[in-house]
Amino acid sequence: MALDRWIALVILLICLTYAYTAFFTMDAGLPPFMQRNPIWPSTFPKLLSIGAIIAALAILLGLEKSTQDPSEADIDYTRLGQYKIGQALALLGLMVAYALLLRPAGFIFSTSGFLILGGVILGERKFHYLVPIAAAATFGVWYLVQEVLGIFLRPWPMFLGV
Amino acid sequence: MIEGLLIGLSTAFSIQNLLMVIGGCLIGTFIGMLPGLGPMSIIAIMIPVAISMGDPSAALILLAGVYYGAIFGGSTSSILLNAPGVAGTVATAFDGYPMARKGQAGKALTIAAIASFCGGTIGAVLLMVFAPALSSVALLFHSAEYFALMVVGLSAIAAFAGTGQVAKAILMTLLGLIMATVGEGALFNMPRFTMGLMDLQSGFGFITLAMAMFALPEALFLVMNPARSASGEGSGEIKDLRITRAEAKAIAPVIGRQSLQGFFIGVLPGAGATIASFLGYAVERNLTKGAEQAEFGKGSIKGLAAPETANNAACTGSFVPLLTLGIPGSGTTAILLGALIALNVTPGPRLMIDEPQIFWAVIISMYIGNLVLLVLNLPLIPYIAKILSVPRTYLIPFILFFTLMGAYIGQNNATELLLLVGFGICATILRFADYPLAPLLIGFILGRMLEDNFSRSMQLYDGVSFILERPMTLGLLVIALILVLLPSYRARRAKARQKGVADGD
Repeated sequence: MALDRWIALVILLICLTYAYTAFFTMDAGLPPFMQRNPIWPSTFPKLLSIGAIIAALAILLGLEKSTQDPSEADIDYTRLGQYKIGQALALLGLMVAYALLLRPAGFIFSTSGFLILGGVILGERKFHYLVPIAAAATFGVWYLVQEVLGIFLRPWPMFLGV
Repeated sequence: MIEGLLIGLSTAFSIQNLLMVIGGCLIGTFIGMLPGLGPMSIIAIMIPVAISMGDPSAALILLAGVYYGAIFGGSTSSILLNAPGVAGTVATAFDGYPMARKGQAGKALTIAAIASFCGGTIGAVLLMVFAPALSSVALLFHSAEYFALMVVGLSAIAAFAGTGQVAKAILMTLLGLIMATVGEGALFNMPRFTMGLMDLQSGFGFITLAMAMFALPEALFLVMNPARSASGEGSGEIKDLRITRAEAKAIAPVIGRQSLQGFFIGVLPGAGATIASFLGYAVERNLTKGAEQAEFGKGSIKGLAAPETANNAACTGSFVPLLTLGIPGSGTTAILLGALIALNVTPGPRLMIDEPQIFWAVIISMYIGNLVLLVLNLPLIPYIAKILSVPRTYLIPFILFFTLMGAYIGQNNATELLLLVGFGICATILRFADYPLAPLLIGFILGRMLEDNFSRSMQLYDGVSFILERPMTLGLLVIALILVLLPSYRARRAKARQKGVADGD
C-alpha cells in the first residue's frame, strides 16, 4: 500500500475518534438551557467528522485515480535511504531539547548552544567562526526581542534568579 | 474613492510606514532568495514582529512589503540558481535560468524586475477599482451567505488542487477545520477536544501551525537533500543590466496581457500566483509562432516576462477577496488574515467603511512597495546575490531557530515549541505523500469564522432551514458542490473518451 493511503488510514482513525467524541461523549455535560438551542457545540464537529471520514475513505479505497507522475513530486520518499535522514532526525532532537531547555537554561545558553550544535550536526568544524557568529546572533536577537519589541525572554539560567 | 486615496496617501507616506515598506521589501527580498523559503514561511516568521508593533496599518504594510519582496527574491534565485524558492516562480526559471547560463543574468534580472513592477502596479490599479465594488455587494451578505461563501472558497481551493489531488485537498481542508474546533469557541463557553490539557484550552496557535506546515518541512528537506540548496555555478558575476529598445517593445504586450490575466486568476480563491504564472507562460507560448516559440525554454525574454508579470499581478489580485470578503484565496493571504485578526482587525466588507485608512494605506503601499523594489533592487542585484553563498551549515540552524522563535514569541509558552516540532514532523510526512498543506492552514484559519457564521444562521432560522429560505445561500452551496464534483466528473469523461465510449451529451 502506498504511503498516501497509509496516511489516509491514520487520519481515518483520528477522525473516527473525533467523531466518537462528537457524537457520543461531548453532549453528556451539556446544560439543559443549551439543549434547547438549535445548535450545540457538537453540531459542527459532527458534520466535519462525517465529511472527513468520507474523504479519508475515498483516498483509502483509491476512488480517485492519480494521473500525476510520482517522479514529479519535489521530494521522493522511496529514495529516503539516499537522504541525510540522520542529520534531520538529529536536528529535530535538538529542537525538542531546545524547547525543554529554553526556560530552565535561559535564552542565551540554549540559543547559542542550539546554533552551534546545529552547525556541528550539519558538518561545520570551523569553531573559530561558528562560536562567535552564534554568540553574536544570540545576543542580537535577544536584544531585539527584549529591548526593541519589549517581550520578556529570560536571558540567564533559572537558578541565577535573573 | 478620491477621499479614500487621500487618506491612504497620508497614512502610507508617514515616515514610519515608508520605513516599513522599504524594510519589508528588503527583508522579503533577502529571505525570499534563500531556496526553500517561500513567502508563506517568511510572512509566518515576520508575524510576531508585525503583531508586536500594534498598529494594524503599519503591520499590514510591513507584511505586504515582505510578500512582494519575497516574490521578487524568489525570482532572483530561480534565475541565478534554477532553485525557485516559491512555487510561483518555478515558471520564471524555465527561461530565466537559460538566460543566466548564456551570461545574460543581469538582463534577466532587469526584465524580471520590470515585469514584476508592471504586474504589481497594474494589479494595484485594478484592485483599487474592483475592491470597492465587490465590497459594496458584499455588504448585502448575512451570516448565512458568509457561511456559504466560505464553503465555496474552501471547495474552490480543493477543486483547483489538480488531478488526483482533489480528495486529498478536501481531506486536508476538513482536517484544518477539525483542528480549529480544538479549544474554546466564541459562541460556546466550553472547551472542546482539549483532552483535558490546559495548554490546548485556547486552541492551537496559528503561527505555530503555519511554521510547522511550511517553514519546518522546507528546512528539513534542505537538510535531507543537500542538492536542493546547492549553489549554482558562476552566479557571482553579474553585469550588463540594460535591455534594448527592441526587447522592451517585445515584452510590452506580454506584460499588458499578463497583468490583466494574472490579476483575475489571483482573485479566484485557491488559484493564486502559481497557477497564474504557469498559465501566463502557456498562453504567451501559444500566442507566439515559429522561431520565437522554439525560443521558449531556451532563454526567451517573453517567456521570462510572462510568468513574472502574472505572478505579481496575481499576488495583488489575491488581496481582493481578503480585503473585501475576509476570505483568503491563498496560503499567504490566509496567514495575513490570521495576522489581521490578531491585530483586532476583521477584514471584510466593513473594513472599507470602519477602517478606511487600513484599506487604502495597503493599496498605496502596494505602489510604493513596487517602486521600492524596482529602485532599490536594480542597483543592489549583484550584492543581493552574495547571500546565496552563505554556507548551509549556518543557514539551516538559523532558519530552524527563527521558526522556533516565531512560535515562542507569539505565545511565550515552551509547549508551543513541542507542538511545532510534532506538527512539523507530521507535515513533512504529509509532504512526502504529496498531500497539499495550504488547504489545511486555510481550513484552520477559516474554521472559527465558518462555525460562527453557521451557528449564527442556525440560531436565527432555528435550524438548517436558512439553506432553503435564502436563495443566495442555496446558490452558493450548489456552486460549492459543483466545484467539488467537477474534477471527478471531468476525469471520468476523459476516461470514457479514451475507451471510445460516447459521452452521452
